[in-house]
Amino acid sequence: MAREDEKVVMTSVANVPTVVKDAAQPVTETLLPSAPRGAEILVKGLIKNGVDTVFGLPGGAVLFIYDEIWRFRDEITHYLVRHEQGAVHAAEGYARATGKVGVALVTSGPGATNAVTGIATAYMDSIPLVVITGQVPSTMIGTDAFQEVDTFGVTLPIVKHSYLVRDVRDLEAIIDEAFQIAKSGKPGPVVIDVPKDITAQLCDNPRRIHAEYLFENKEEPIDETTLELVVERLINARQPVFYVGGGVVTADAADDLMKVVETLQVPVTPTLMGLGGFPTAHALSLGMLGMHGTYAANMAVSESDLLVAVGVRFDDRVTGKLATFAPHAEIIHIDIDPSNIGKIKKAHISLVADAKTALRKIAGKLENADKAKISKGKAKRESWWNKLNDWRDSVPFSCEYSETEIKPQHLIEELYKVTNGDATIVTDVGQHQMWAAQFYPFKRSRQWLTSGGLGTMGFGLPAAMGAQLACPDTQVVAVVGDGGFQMTNQEIITAIQYKIPLKVIIMNNGYLGMVRQWQEMFYDRAYSEVDLSISPDFVKLAEAYGAQGLRAEKPEDLRRVLEEGLSFKGVTIFDIVVSKEENVFPIIPAGQDTRNMILK
Amino acid sequence: MQHTISILVANEAGELSRIVGLFSARGFNIETICVGKTLEPAWSRCTIVTYGDDRVIEQIIKQCSRLARVREVRAVTRLPHIEREMALIDVSVKAGSERQEIMNLVKIFRAKVVDISHEKMILEASGHWQKVDTFIEMLKPFQINEVTRTGCVAINRLSPFEQSLEAKA
Repeated sequence: MAREDEKVVMTSVANVPTVVKDAAQPVTETLLPSAPRGAEILVKGLIKNGVDTVFGLPGGAVLFIYDEIWRFRDEITHYLVRHEQGAVHAAEGYARATGKVGVALVTSGPGATNAVTGIATAYMDSIPLVVITGQVPSTMIGTDAFQEVDTFGVTLPIVKHSYLVRDVRDLEAIIDEAFQIAKSGKPGPVVIDVPKDITAQLCDNPRRIHAEYLFENKEEPIDETTLELVVERLINARQPVFYVGGGVVTADAADDLMKVVETLQVPVTPTLMGLGGFPTAHALSLGMLGMHGTYAANMAVSESDLLVAVGVRFDDRVTGKLATFAPHAEIIHIDIDPSNIGKIKKAHISLVADAKTALRKIAGKLENADKAKISKGKAKRESWWNKLNDWRDSVPFSCEYSETEIKPQHLIEELYKVTNGDATIVTDVGQHQMWAAQFYPFKRSRQWLTSGGLGTMGFGLPAAMGAQLACPDTQVVAVVGDGGFQMTNQEIITAIQYKIPLKVIIMNNGYLGMVRQWQEMFYDRAYSEVDLSISPDFVKLAEAYGAQGLRAEKPEDLRRVLEEGLSFKGVTIFDIVVSKEENVFPIIPAGQDTRNMILK
Repeated sequence: MQHTISILVANEAGELSRIVGLFSARGFNIETICVGKTLEPAWSRCTIVTYGDDRVIEQIIKQCSRLARVREVRAVTRLPHIEREMALIDVSVKAGSERQEIMNLVKIFRAKVVDISHEKMILEASGHWQKVDTFIEMLKPFQINEVTRTGCVAINRLSPFEQSLEAKA
């Protein structure tokens, strides 16, 4: 996107006064010769906010910024992606793996529109991002200038907040605020749209207009009476279940959650976004909840008398038919976002707080609670545990192994073994995502990075790259489908360029698998436009990029291929050919309830 | 159920579109919307008349409160309040008797004549929106050429005592 009529832009930049003064004061003093230009203020602002990694792709509108990126290259490392969607997903992977704010830098127009999918993905999953987009010079905004798009307008419904910088004096404050907004409360993406002339203007009199308010602590203290009530309900519940989501991961509340449920000996079911927030293999874990969750978890919620929802938003992929979701339960909803409470399902008791704060307080109360009362409560739940264990034993996740073809579930099981269950798994969306969620028992928060809310194909590969950069000492593996892989595979070359040991497992079934499954189950097997059997040779493609390409087609090759590729120091693309028409089970068809769960 | 919501929002370009965008994205209705500066020039007050059941209104308030540049969201109609709207009405006048009739209505509704010509008058009416509605309704037998309304502004009352006074009046 570097094509630009430089002359036009430079002329228009020259037309704008390079020194902006407060109009209210007569200008007498002259600007210090050392006054920084907007682009420098911006890059220094990033550094000040702890940024050392930026993913991006330059273009005409961000040339001044890239000039500063070059000057500050010792303090900020810029990773040149091959498509802006890759930049945002990589920044997301970086943010999801660490909890830090991810940063992407793109140019105006098509640069910004290419970034939109990534921004929306981050918005749906509450991932802290700052996305800096270039914009045509202020004087040309609204003239349908070359590479102009109303980025502020386009991104309006998919950002936590956004800025169109209109005055260079605001820039410094805006950068600080953007980071504050992105990571505080319920995190989310913030877009800063910066016109080119702003990045060229010199400024030595920055100002802050709204800053005081934004840095106020808006969190309200937890109401003690409500807290007492919650603890009382928890101790005495006969059939309770903890339904925990991404909020537990975001708030790093896993330890506090563990303390609470271990004290009380109550079951936990994480959502897709909550995986890792509670160890899947733990005795108190029922496994994942929702459409493709375990039988035990879904049954437990259906029959529970107390549903403790922590850091969740009652997503339709979890609840199915709303009227029959946890129909007998009193609902305690703990979430940092007040708008989530009562949005979908009415909560009987609610706490507006981040998961860590709330669970820590609950744990504290439990510590001081009457031990006899707690034991009495535990005794009440014995029959509940008998039921839970029956459900757990009767329908575990299972797969029928084959001697001739690799079953996708088997692939994930092998991956678990080869990585000792320690790898960070990054996925796209679809069948492979569900199998990875089901067959890779996660041990820790941020070990599972997936596009949950938006369900973005093509997320996995670039996000894994960002995650691997953020955590160089952790094995990061992208598990993707053959469909999603082909949406962002251009970023393989980025990993090659920066020597990032990217590992991508293509679960290749020659179909857009999840769509095919729905067509098989709900559309009379009319396989409309899902056949991907004509695909490139992924091994040769990998080699063309200078990566290692490995293929496994038979179960007996699987272990060897995984071991060889994962121990290789560079980029590896695995083409794992799996059985073509395998389905994800169990499944609760969309909008239905647990009773309609199809087990196989 | 109709509700009036008062939002204190940063006086910055784009902030209003963020609020309006939120209403359309979540399927909420806007009956009227009215924005103006407050004592602090950095902050504007936006008054929105909307309708929905209690759950919808609660969601509207919570969703608006989430916006980074919104400092306060108040459901004005949940407490004693005063609500006002203004309309400018261009009406044709054919004969002297018609003008007299209109003047009577102007008097009854405590409206004002703000412009006049041989054929037309421009009237200014203000008050509760229902009063403005009624005034326009009463003018319909004459030829109304144009109506422009401000939308509601609202403010909470100082005390419940004053509320009861208005109820009597």
